[in-house]
Amino acid sequence: MLSQQDMLEAERHGKQVRSIYVYEAPVRLWHWINALAMVVLAVTGYFIGLPLPTQPGEAATHFLMGYIRFAHFAAAYIFGIGLVGRIYWAFVGNHHAKQIFKLPITNPQWWSEVFFELRWYLFLEKYPKKYVGHNPMAQLMMFFFFTVLAVGMVFTGFALYSEGAGLGHWSDRLFGWVIPALGGSMQVHNLHRLGMWIMMTFALVHVYAAIREDIMSRQSLISTMISGWRMFKD
Amino acid sequence: MTETFYEVLRRQGITRRSFLKFCSLTATSLGLGSAAAPRIAHALENKPRTPVLWLHGLECTCCSESFIRSAHPLTKDVVLSMLSLDYDDTLMAAAGHQAEAILDEVKKKYKGNYIVAVEGNPPLNEDGMFCIQGGRPFVEKLRETCADAKAIISWGACASYGCVQAAKPNPTRATPVHKVITDKPIINVPGCPPIAEVMTGVVTYMLTFDRIPELDRQGRPKMFYGQRIHDKCYRRGHFDAGQFAEAWDDEGARKGYCLYKMGCKGPTTYNACSSMRWNGGVSWPVQSGHGCIGCSEEGFWDKGSFYDRVTDIKAFGVEANADSIGKAAAGTVGAAIAAHAAVTALARARQKAGESASTSEEQKGEK
Repeated sequence: MLSQQDMLEAERHGKQVRSIYVYEAPVRLWHWINALAMVVLAVTGYFIGLPLPTQPGEAATHFLMGYIRFAHFAAAYIFGIGLVGRIYWAFVGNHHAKQIFKLPITNPQWWSEVFFELRWYLFLEKYPKKYVGHNPMAQLMMFFFFTVLAVGMVFTGFALYSEGAGLGHWSDRLFGWVIPALGGSMQVHNLHRLGMWIMMTFALVHVYAAIREDIMSRQSLISTMISGWRMFKD
Repeated sequence: MTETFYEVLRRQGITRRSFLKFCSLTATSLGLGSAAAPRIAHALENKPRTPVLWLHGLECTCCSESFIRSAHPLTKDVVLSMLSLDYDDTLMAAAGHQAEAILDEVKKKYKGNYIVAVEGNPPLNEDGMFCIQGGRPFVEKLRETCADAKAIISWGACASYGCVQAAKPNPTRATPVHKVITDKPIINVPGCPPIAEVMTGVVTYMLTFDRIPELDRQGRPKMFYGQRIHDKCYRRGHFDAGQFAEAWDDEGARKGYCLYKMGCKGPTTYNACSSMRWNGGVSWPVQSGHGCIGCSEEGFWDKGSFYDRVTDIKAFGVEANADSIGKAAAGTVGAAIAAHAAVTALARARQKAGESASTSEEQKGEK
């Protein structure tokens, strides 16, 4: 979490083994399943709001919207249950597994490193710092644009799901209150769609930053999310 | 002594046969099964009529218009002639001081035992001066009349949510009844207007069972507002198949395809239109080829166009829809990433050039 600690850890290990085990298997598995679920959710969600061109022939021979909605709901269950599992792992996993759930906002050192990272991305710093997990800037972005937003998407999403599932369904009992609280069904639909756009925009940044850091910071990022090991190239 | 419903019905020349028919039809429309019909009959035969005071605030009287068209053969007789509707300024014969005196009389005689039905809502700005009745603000009359009531029925979108007079910027500060009267059970019966049979159904339920119907989170009777228009729509098959009308005059519109793309609010509107329909089951908006406008939903005037699916989000000072905001954000960020990547590549190339010029030992020492 802190650059100094991580640097020490990295250097100590780096000199000897040049790699550290960061992401445990459940975190890696969740990451890729979650990524796939998000792609399915975004694409199907887009076409639920603005459907594809009308289908020819008899209604009985088609079930296009039905399949699109099925895929959306199935992926939503995977996304939601995955998120619950990931929160569980934040409690039992290693300290890197907790990073995207809590920010050390009272630590001035952490804040100064957030600004260091900002300068690094603005080309104002010549050499990057090395981190075992997320860098503080990435952690901050992850917290707001993934963790908080994902919880919001689960709440609004399952609230909308409860409208079709009916009064008394578990989704209605757990999340039905969201609809009047946010100003009605139409508004919740709109906010849910806006959330999709924010998450997809963040996904662009996330993928770009991962590829860039993999090249520029001389430490592995993408392969780390596959193998779990962070390799340091010097 | 007040008469029972049955006594009044018979006095009005309604046969026992018609009366029993009404009871069984009411049981069916409430979804109660045949065993409930005798219970309804028993209640109407034995219970003294509950007085109903019908107040009108800021409204257009469309609720009354709907109510008096209740198509059931006997409902309009029962509710207009037989229901002890002791006060309703648009329907009653009395006028002036004579009319206003009835309010006081019922309040005293049936303390805690009468129902107040409110059509429209009170404006609160300028001490309620935007709606004056009998020489004083409506809000005062509403507060006084409701003080000793057993329960309150909020008729229509006006009383339940505010409707058009509460739409932004709401200059008179028209306020739904449940935000003014907070200490009484309130039944919201939204719609602009509500379906006639829903209105008579709610009243009949309350008189029969002597309790208010089961309500959802927004205070609406679950039996009529438990499902969306979309869930019971006869065009739902076309929705699931992906068959939509894409213009008002295209092939899809003629074939009766789903009106989702034309902005139908059926999927976001809770009401009984698609199952009970209007004017005695003759038709309803979607059947006549126009999408639902969501008139029974809170603030439906302020929720964007009636003809868009992805409507404007009017929050945080933004008036744009999710797609235009999202595409602008994704486009800007995408361009920024491309620019950032280009600068990175340039800086890296320059650094590499510098590295080969200076000795590699120096570079390592610096790190």
